[in-house]
Amino acid sequence: MSLADANTPAPSAAPKSSILTTDARTKKRNRAEARFKAYGIGAIVLGLAFLAALLVSIIGNGIPAYTQTFVTVPVYLDPAVVDKQGNRDPAEMAKTTTFGYAPLIQNAFATEVSQNGITTDMAPKKLADILSASATGQVRQTVLDDPELVGQTVEFRLLASSRVDGYLKGRVTREALARDKNLDAAHLDIIDTLRTAGVVNRTWNWDFIFGADASESRPEQAGIGVSMVGSLFMMLVVLVLSLPIGVATSIYLEEFAPKNRWTDIIEVNISNLAAVPSIVFGILGLAVFIQFGHLPKSAPLVGGLVLTLMTLPTIIISTRAALSAVPPSIRDAALGIGASKMQSVFHHVLPLAMPGILTGTIIGLAQALGETAPLLLIGMVGYIASNMPDGIAAGFMAPNSAMPAQIYEWAKRADPAYYERAWGGIIILLLFLMTMNIIAVILRRRFERRW
Amino acid sequence: MSFVKLSASVLAIAAVSATAAAARDQVQVAGSSTVLPYASIVAEAFGENFDFPTPVVESGGSSAGLKQFCDGVGENTIDVANASRAIKSSEVETCAANGVTDIMEVRIGYDGIVFASQLNGPEFTAFTPADIYSALTAQTLVDGALADNAVTTWDQVNPELPAVEIAAFIPGTKHGTREVFEEKVLLQGCEDTGAMEAMIASGMSEDDAEGACMAVRTDGMSVDIDGDYTETLARIGNNPNGIGVFGLAFYENNTDTLKVATVSGVEPSTETIASGDYPVSRPLYFYVKKAHIGVIPGLKEYAEFFVSDDMAGPDGPLSAYGLVSDPELAATQASVADETVMGTMN
Repeated sequence: MSLADANTPAPSAAPKSSILTTDARTKKRNRAEARFKAYGIGAIVLGLAFLAALLVSIIGNGIPAYTQTFVTVPVYLDPAVVDKQGNRDPAEMAKTTTFGYAPLIQNAFATEVSQNGITTDMAPKKLADILSASATGQVRQTVLDDPELVGQTVEFRLLASSRVDGYLKGRVTREALARDKNLDAAHLDIIDTLRTAGVVNRTWNWDFIFGADASESRPEQAGIGVSMVGSLFMMLVVLVLSLPIGVATSIYLEEFAPKNRWTDIIEVNISNLAAVPSIVFGILGLAVFIQFGHLPKSAPLVGGLVLTLMTLPTIIISTRAALSAVPPSIRDAALGIGASKMQSVFHHVLPLAMPGILTGTIIGLAQALGETAPLLLIGMVGYIASNMPDGIAAGFMAPNSAMPAQIYEWAKRADPAYYERAWGGIIILLLFLMTMNIIAVILRRRFERRW
Repeated sequence: MSFVKLSASVLAIAAVSATAAAARDQVQVAGSSTVLPYASIVAEAFGENFDFPTPVVESGGSSAGLKQFCDGVGENTIDVANASRAIKSSEVETCAANGVTDIMEVRIGYDGIVFASQLNGPEFTAFTPADIYSALTAQTLVDGALADNAVTTWDQVNPELPAVEIAAFIPGTKHGTREVFEEKVLLQGCEDTGAMEAMIASGMSEDDAEGACMAVRTDGMSVDIDGDYTETLARIGNNPNGIGVFGLAFYENNTDTLKVATVSGVEPSTETIASGDYPVSRPLYFYVKKAHIGVIPGLKEYAEFFVSDDMAGPDGPLSAYGLVSDPELAATQASVADETVMGTMN
């Protein structure tokens, strides 16, 4: 301190401010800084809290969709019902509809219930409300696939109805069933007994991840698999179209185009397009591709084309940024040793800009993957994703939905069981988006060069 | 330049498949979100039982569906339009102008419109159309002149109703349900309260009086819901005093959170609607392009399967979901089998 004292001139008349003692103004400035930091931390904490709340609600609501309740029932495949002609010909046997199979399953289930020591005065038809409406279709399909099973007693693992499933998941309570005409409290007592007997059990449900959509009356059967395939085909179209077109546009604008009023207008418009609401692209797609171009409705090809329009500006902007980040010395060096303009771009600039381009493309794809609004207008929302496309061509052209459109559709269906599936679908969608973003980050980390 | 090769080959595949897919092999359906659940149940069972692929059912509303339906004839137009109201003569004209002339009208059954509130909310258990009209109308006749509706709580309308603020969530104007609500509830209530007579007596023309009867207040006590019933349900969930308009099927799937009110003393159920006792119900339809029968595989089979006893009958899955079965189903089945088209409308 002595040194400081020595250097400080002797205090004159008024006490001067010192860097060692903080005066009122400095204190005020320091407080302002501390406050600002606190605001920043507060904002981050708030953001993290929202994120945490979001993740907790998504996972909490969505995880139950990944397990499903099944009932194991041995069904006697009565030849008098399933094969009236007795010739084991699947074409003839197909004449027995799913409605014809209903009594078979109802009786088999009633037998199973009584064998577990349960006495009930419910009729088999009423009792079978425990089972999903999909049971008849499942048994019929098994029989048609293997006519040799006729006459045997085959053990089937049938889906339980969504309310039974909801009961085991704690979503449906006994009080609520008092007003529900679909299921009685008596059904729940039977389920409790069957559960201890191991006939009813709740297991992991692959069909949710790989299955097709189901109608409003069978939420227990619905899966996101087909719409996932729809999203995949759409992303293929987006990638294959938007990457070459976007990169070519950017290279021309960045490296070759003269700087004049026209290129300025184009640049401004590309930036504007990036901010256009996606629904606008949906209307455009409806008018251009479906009404004018006569492409089929609800086809992933059309969805991909619409999303391409939406993704192009994103890819062009990020590609141009990546290209302009390559220092001019690289171009000059290439030109200096006699390379043509095109050689300098394709041999030197483009490879160096590639990590940035790919990152931009992946972010653009991730955006397109999560987009629902334009798909509403080209007919991809509804009960659409019911058939797994057979082959590549059908994958592009046959009606299909997309993951976000499927989630939206589930969220607005009446049965509360669909609500859980919508959350479950969101988990899958988020996993895809996260994977894509992580790939983008890794690409950037590994290959990006800074000058 | 693997990009170029790759994109060229994929474009080629797409082009080839575009020609291959020109022959569409599944039935395409669009329209009313009220009919969508029924259509999806039928489509699913159709896919299970027939060799045809499962039909595709889009939602979007009756008007949007009929607009698409009337876009023209051909494989890139839809085959069936679902509607929660009958087709309008203006729509038939649009159809005809675009070459869609032979239209089969198929009535699948009836749907009830119910008033429901939060399970633990106030005792909204009985309404009459007059109560709803008095609570929700935009303007009332005061001393021979129209004045803004001054009613703010339900007990001002009817002392038997709870003394809570009016908060109604009714379907927006793009819904077919809104029309039924206006005609069977507001207009009926207007006549029941004598307001309509008074308006005409005060010198208004009949059309103006009807318009005034069906105008809903816009001061925030009544909220138009343009989304689906799930949105109405969410609004009711946030507002204990809220009362919402739902379809019967939606209510029956959400009895764990909703409490339904009687209308004019009748409890809504498939039975009371079928008997005609419950006043607020409407027929549901789908429309088939006859020109597509024989071109689109499975179209006629789909229409016949929809109205078959197995599906639309009183014990069928549609009825189990909440559709009120049509007592004249047999006549509908016959007209579908004969491919009877609609007569010219005036």
